[in-house]
Amino acid sequence: MTNVKMKVNGKTVAREVPDETLLSEFLREHLRLTGTHIGCDTSQCGACAVHVNGKMVKACTALAVSLEGAEVTTIEGLANGELHPMQVAFHDNHGLQCGFCTPGMIMAGVDMVNRYKAEGRELTSEAIRHELEGNICRCTGYHNIVKSIEDAAAKM
Amino acid sequence: MSSGIGKSVKRKEDKRFITGKGRYTDDHRMDNQAYAAFVRSSHAHARVKGIDASAAREMPGVIDVLDGHQLTADGIGNIICGWAITSKDGSPMNMGAWSALATEKVRYVGDAVAVVIAETQSQARIAAEAVEVDYEELPVVAHVAKAGAEGAPQIHDNAPGNLIYDWELGDEAATDKGLAEAAHVTTLDVTQNRLSPNPMEPRSAIATYDDAEEHYTLYTTSQNPHVARLVLSAFYNVAPEHKLRVIAPDVGGGFGAKIYIYPEEITCLWASMKTNRSIKWTSDRGEAFMTDAHARDHVTTAKMGFDSDGKITGFKIDTIANLGAYMSLFSSSVPTYLYAPLMSGQYQMENIYCNVKAYYTNTVPVDAYRGAGRPEATYLVERMMETAAREMGMDPAELRRRNFITEFPHQTPVLMQYDAGDFHTILDKAQKAADVAGFPARKAEAASRGKLRGLGYSTFIEACGLAPSKAAGSLGAGVGLWESAEVRVNPVGTVEILTGSHSHGQGHETTFAQIVADRFDIPVENVQIVHGDTDKVQFGMGTYGSRSAPVGMSAVVKAMDKVEAKVRKIAAHTLEASEDDIVIEGGQVKVAGTDKAMAWHEVGLAAYIAHNLPDGMEPGLKETAFFDPVNFSFPSGAFICEVEVDPETGHTEVVNFTSADDFGTIINPMIVEGQVHGGVTQGIGQALLEQVIYDEDGQLLTGSYMDYTMPRAADVPFFSVQHHETPSPNNPLGVKGCGEAGAIGAPPAVINAITDAIGTNDLAMPATPLAVWRALQAASKPIAAE
Repeated sequence: MTNVKMKVNGKTVAREVPDETLLSEFLREHLRLTGTHIGCDTSQCGACAVHVNGKMVKACTALAVSLEGAEVTTIEGLANGELHPMQVAFHDNHGLQCGFCTPGMIMAGVDMVNRYKAEGRELTSEAIRHELEGNICRCTGYHNIVKSIEDAAAKM
Repeated sequence: MSSGIGKSVKRKEDKRFITGKGRYTDDHRMDNQAYAAFVRSSHAHARVKGIDASAAREMPGVIDVLDGHQLTADGIGNIICGWAITSKDGSPMNMGAWSALATEKVRYVGDAVAVVIAETQSQARIAAEAVEVDYEELPVVAHVAKAGAEGAPQIHDNAPGNLIYDWELGDEAATDKGLAEAAHVTTLDVTQNRLSPNPMEPRSAIATYDDAEEHYTLYTTSQNPHVARLVLSAFYNVAPEHKLRVIAPDVGGGFGAKIYIYPEEITCLWASMKTNRSIKWTSDRGEAFMTDAHARDHVTTAKMGFDSDGKITGFKIDTIANLGAYMSLFSSSVPTYLYAPLMSGQYQMENIYCNVKAYYTNTVPVDAYRGAGRPEATYLVERMMETAAREMGMDPAELRRRNFITEFPHQTPVLMQYDAGDFHTILDKAQKAADVAGFPARKAEAASRGKLRGLGYSTFIEACGLAPSKAAGSLGAGVGLWESAEVRVNPVGTVEILTGSHSHGQGHETTFAQIVADRFDIPVENVQIVHGDTDKVQFGMGTYGSRSAPVGMSAVVKAMDKVEAKVRKIAAHTLEASEDDIVIEGGQVKVAGTDKAMAWHEVGLAAYIAHNLPDGMEPGLKETAFFDPVNFSFPSGAFICEVEVDPETGHTEVVNFTSADDFGTIINPMIVEGQVHGGVTQGIGQALLEQVIYDEDGQLLTGSYMDYTMPRAADVPFFSVQHHETPSPNNPLGVKGCGEAGAIGAPPAVINAITDAIGTNDLAMPATPLAVWRALQAASKPIAAE
């Protein structure tokens, strides 16, 4: 067991957890932030995507105790009083159906828009499809997810 | 109005999902919760000689280890298949016993033999590894083509030769005659690749036993919680229905895999009673690949005959179907009544004969997955049409048009009576939207880049809206397939709809609200949809087979009819007018042609205050209805796929995909188009990427997303979706259902496009780069030899 302290969605949290606790499990079971979903065991599906120190991380790939002092944002912390433009875009463009992959898609979408903007690159629909390699959706056929991210990118 | 039928209303349910507030089964946590982990067979076929749990019992956190002998001793029944199929010789199907925890034998890798209950999930999983099971390995048959062979390992004692049934539909002699008289006969061998449905939310269950009330509550990932309760009560003897509540909260996709009652839910319920703890089990993805019902997995030989005008003279189909190690809930119906009756496609045919032999194999059970039988039929019919056209030197669209059914209702020779359709117009729309006229130029341009461009069609029809109960019963169904609804108008005028349909991505909270908003001319925000809880909703048969609109919504309409009748009576009485003069519009209940009116909510209030109701009228304003359809509904469509194949690598890119669909009346185009996008993508997945593979020993080789290729965003294009509505006359809204069309129609369109591009018809799904490259090499061999 190890004590770990980090900032999650702007609040400092400290917990004593088994060393093998994954960030995904830490968020879901210890902090009860269940918006971060677990859809596979091999880090392919991306349903658990969160932001750690401003960059997208699949929460199933990180040990909680390795994130001492980190700043973590989950889907629950993305809206700042009002919905984030990426959340609005997913609603406006019907970018979700069952909703299970959606938190990961939204966190991935925000991350890719931020990166492309920072690098001055154009986020084309082809680029969005390429960037979504690590996020699987079984419902939407991606059509409206790509449209959602394009829409949000224009507004972010 | 802005939120009524036909409007792309944004989804009411979205906010909780985009903010992480969705509540799926695994997000729930009970007081006093413990965890289950299953001890699963690593052998595909073995005798269980003993289970030694002594070491596991001593491990940290372990509460109990339970096995199948205890389960059976407590009277928990075997898992059943709910559709009885009769073989052509009149004998019943051979259903082998399936206990939730195997006792004598295991029959597939993943078959559960025991369950460990522990304080944490991790403790339960570690202890499950420590349970020693003594297996005597038996010979294995993992592939359906070998299941019926002489000397094949016998999986169930009561199914000699592993044969479950040998079933037929149609007139064999007439079909043989039609084929004999044909000017041209096309023969085709096709395989249906085995698939795993893969809803992104893995299955999960939390069972709680209340010993004071002798009552169970089950949270579970179900598409049909009432069916789950019915089966758990009536067949598995877990608890009588009034002592069992099943809740299917937010469910992260189903696609068929969450219809069935699996061993895990049964075991969790029973274990909660044994241990007096809430028992939680959540599948991981590896477990999902191993235990969620798989799909498709057919091997078929077929012949279709044509006269000199290209008219079909006969269609004969011989299929063997893999049902896995045990018969899952609907498994028997998928390769029979959901398959052969679709063999007429969109075409005028007099002679069809279909023979289906279903076999056991040492693999996980096979059951319905998006489309269920209709994709298998459609793939065969549409590859047959394309192949025949090529063989006869005809344009594949023209061959289809020569055979299109043009008058409705249309009775096929294989049971179905098609309700409505307009196949020529749909194909026209698809061809226009896909710019088929411009294809030669695109093909030439692709060739200049070294790419092989091909175009493939699929003009299909399917059957939705399961199903007229009486007809289904006469064909062997164990249950009626109606739906129920309750409409509650509250005293403040807001409306609650309780429906037996279940939404796990389909957007019912929006579309069901739209039909109410449309009918009563009230804001869609004032309508709440309640579903997924057997304690709240009176009954229901759930969501599968694209039945929520044609059957579930129809029940809501029937209940609204009753509500409206009462509203008219109350308003007529209050406003001193004739019921016939009452109109409901603009949030008011009015006397036509006068200024006399009550606000909608005033009628609701009057019904509950009950100070001034017509003599003899009961207070309140809520009505229940059951809707039993008179027929299936028959959505149809025309898909056109364009691909580019790289001859160097065999890689296929789907460059254009056009769908023109006839779903009857459309409630919400945005949601319908989303269903098409998702369905087509699953169809492209089947055509290009997805394949469950077992080796000869029955070991699952595709047990993770590293081995089983799911369609990613870069594997599919943007889709062009066109609509043409011919309303179904068989339900009040004229809806036909839209959930499965994409998955049904897409695979043959993709393969027809690839085979057009590479110039050979000899290509099986999934058309991976290796498969396409090999097909190209094989096709070019004679040329190379010259």
